[in-house]
Amino acid sequence: MGEFLPLFFVLAMGLSLLLYVILDGFDLGIGILLPLATESQKDTMVASIGPFWDANETWIVLGVGVLLIAFPQAHGIVLTSLYIPVTVMLFGLILRGVAFDFRVKAGDHRRALWNSAFFAGSLVASLAQGWMLGAYITGLESTATSVGFAALIALTLPALYIMLGSAWLLIKTEGALFRKAVSWSRRALLPMGLALVLVSAATPLVSAEIATRWFTLPNAIGLLPIPVTCLLAYGGIAWLLSRVDVLEAGYEWLVFAALIVICLMAAIGLAYSIYPYIIIGRMTLWEAAAATSSLWFIFWGVAVTLPLIAAYTLFVYRIFAGKATALSYD
Amino acid sequence: MAFDPFVLARIQFAANISFHILFPTITIGLAWILLYFRLRFTLTGDQAWEHAYTFWVKVFALTFALGVVSGITMSFQFGTNWPGFMEKAGNIAGPLLGYEVLTAFFLEASFLGIMLFGRQRVSNRLHLIATFLVAFGTSLSAFWILALNSWMQTPAGYTLESGQFFAASWSEVIFNPSFPYRFAHMMLACFLTAAFLIAGVSAWRVRRGVEGPATWKVLKTGVLLAAITIPLQILAGDLHGLNTLEHQPAKVAAMEAIWETEKGAPFTVLGLPDEEQRETRYALEIPYAASLILTHELEGEVQGLAAFGDEHPPVAPVFWSFRVMLAVGGLMLLVSWWGAWTYWRGREPGRRFLVVLSAMTFSGWVATLAGWYVTEIGRQPWIVSGLLRTSDVVADHATATVMGTLFGYVGLYLFLLVSYVQALRYLASKPARSLELQPGYVSRLATGVS
Repeated sequence: MGEFLPLFFVLAMGLSLLLYVILDGFDLGIGILLPLATESQKDTMVASIGPFWDANETWIVLGVGVLLIAFPQAHGIVLTSLYIPVTVMLFGLILRGVAFDFRVKAGDHRRALWNSAFFAGSLVASLAQGWMLGAYITGLESTATSVGFAALIALTLPALYIMLGSAWLLIKTEGALFRKAVSWSRRALLPMGLALVLVSAATPLVSAEIATRWFTLPNAIGLLPIPVTCLLAYGGIAWLLSRVDVLEAGYEWLVFAALIVICLMAAIGLAYSIYPYIIIGRMTLWEAAAATSSLWFIFWGVAVTLPLIAAYTLFVYRIFAGKATALSYD
Repeated sequence: MAFDPFVLARIQFAANISFHILFPTITIGLAWILLYFRLRFTLTGDQAWEHAYTFWVKVFALTFALGVVSGITMSFQFGTNWPGFMEKAGNIAGPLLGYEVLTAFFLEASFLGIMLFGRQRVSNRLHLIATFLVAFGTSLSAFWILALNSWMQTPAGYTLESGQFFAASWSEVIFNPSFPYRFAHMMLACFLTAAFLIAGVSAWRVRRGVEGPATWKVLKTGVLLAAITIPLQILAGDLHGLNTLEHQPAKVAAMEAIWETEKGAPFTVLGLPDEEQRETRYALEIPYAASLILTHELEGEVQGLAAFGDEHPPVAPVFWSFRVMLAVGGLMLLVSWWGAWTYWRGREPGRRFLVVLSAMTFSGWVATLAGWYVTEIGRQPWIVSGLLRTSDVVADHATATVMGTLFGYVGLYLFLLVSYVQALRYLASKPARSLELQPGYVSRLATGVS
């Protein structure tokens, strides 16, 4: 007993990070889009994520937490290799997180400053996360290919967040801001596609082993549903964005749903590439895993709390469902 | 002392954790106080309690956000700065931190949304439950992180195999010898910090003439809460000290700057501990007092620093931090009992008391930081007492890298701290809600009188 535990925890970690990318992704995307909106639209945009962002951000803490709990040997290597992008990301997340409150509490004379901090923090955190993702999937090496990929992914990942952010705004807003969100997502669509291509190409390029796994028969046929589903979802988004009448007829949530499908497929693809490693080419899940007794102790915690967390997260989203209204403490 | 990466990593971690702890210390206490305000309103229907809630929940949200972002930094720095700690003690530390995220972080972060913005969307009962869950979540978070910190101070329930820790008994790991004392001491510190914050800000608002009925109620709540909590805190602190003497005698020797083991040791009120000469210069001593406090006997034996060779913490910072904490604690006792006495005699606080109280607004921060410096610097040179050295677990980053990020962090934190206090001041200077509702009310700020 217990051999399945590393596998269980790597799934839990992957799920946490996937949820983080989707959920905080739309928060960060909205932060990046903030300067493009009018003053009152800015308030609506912040209101559309106000009740959720804190819990959304917690998913990255859980993801890193699981890495630490279940794979302590890898945790140190990953985080020390990513010391600079992690620090840059933290600066971004700090600024973004406090700007939520400061922009309405530090007084009107400071609002512009904190709006800028909100934007800058969101952008910096997104870039740094792209950098981290790029460095991680290219094996945490400092070769030219690796650094080049990390840089390219850093520059394109914010496009995914912008897509998620504007898709969220399609659900939560109406009128002028809704139309702005449509045009923002149209412009972010191509760069997002580029980000997906780069992320998909990175792992086979740096590792011959991974390339063989993807591009030889019969695997290639079995894996075909992943890119095909991605392409269908991508095409679906492009079509929806060209049909504002369909979006306005109550199908605006489909854009966000299609983005979730794309993120899920990308995650499955990455998982397939990287498995059984936790650090590509260097350390497998089982080599990095913590003591079985520790894994059992936290396994029960995860098994009980994760469904509970999912339940009350859905509960909170339901309470604040519908178009965003002004945030009020009353 | 050269600026090697080890020293810099410690300074960086200390800067982060010092900045971080300021905010949970407030939110843990304030969350329960907010629940109290909401319950009082629900039971009495008195609008003033609702106004008190509306004002302080804004401060809570701001403080909470600062706690969250600096806490996320901490969770990453375990790996970026102390990878060796996680490699060697990860089997113990990992699950405890994991339970904190799973049981506390998500709970407080999710229900915070309802607590802050859900007033019009959910029933009063559900809003009360959400407020309770946020308060409960903040305390639960303290439970797990203090379990880990206490385990590092007084490790128990583990086995050690080829340099790696394994859990033998989780109940012994969690309820290790110093945990109950440290948890009680910290929870009381949170209530004291929040009590002086709400009382201090309210006193300031009264002096500015922007107060309403709610302000007076909050002021009284803060003063009475402090007056009740401070004797409990002194008791908890004393018990915690005795526990430290039993398990970490070197820390106590540093706190008291006792160089040689002696019977009937005097308590040094003030003095300059000199580690080179191994003596305390200009010592102002109370004969027998250290033995009396620590062993509850006049002739009790107290171990001196000499008994630990080189493996004792730096004396001066521990000695001084301890005295700062005691001094602030003493002030808290005097001020809160002065206020309680005034209320007892059926009077309203006078101007002089309000001035003192507003000067004490952030006194909880000073005492809490000083207390943590005693216990954390007092644990050195160990990261896990007696078993794992701090210098053995540090990451080998280049000096320039750690120096650069350190400047970044310190700059950012100073900016945020100033912004926080300014925002608090700005919120506090606005006229109370009940005053705005009075027809014909003109804010004294608007007319330039303050």
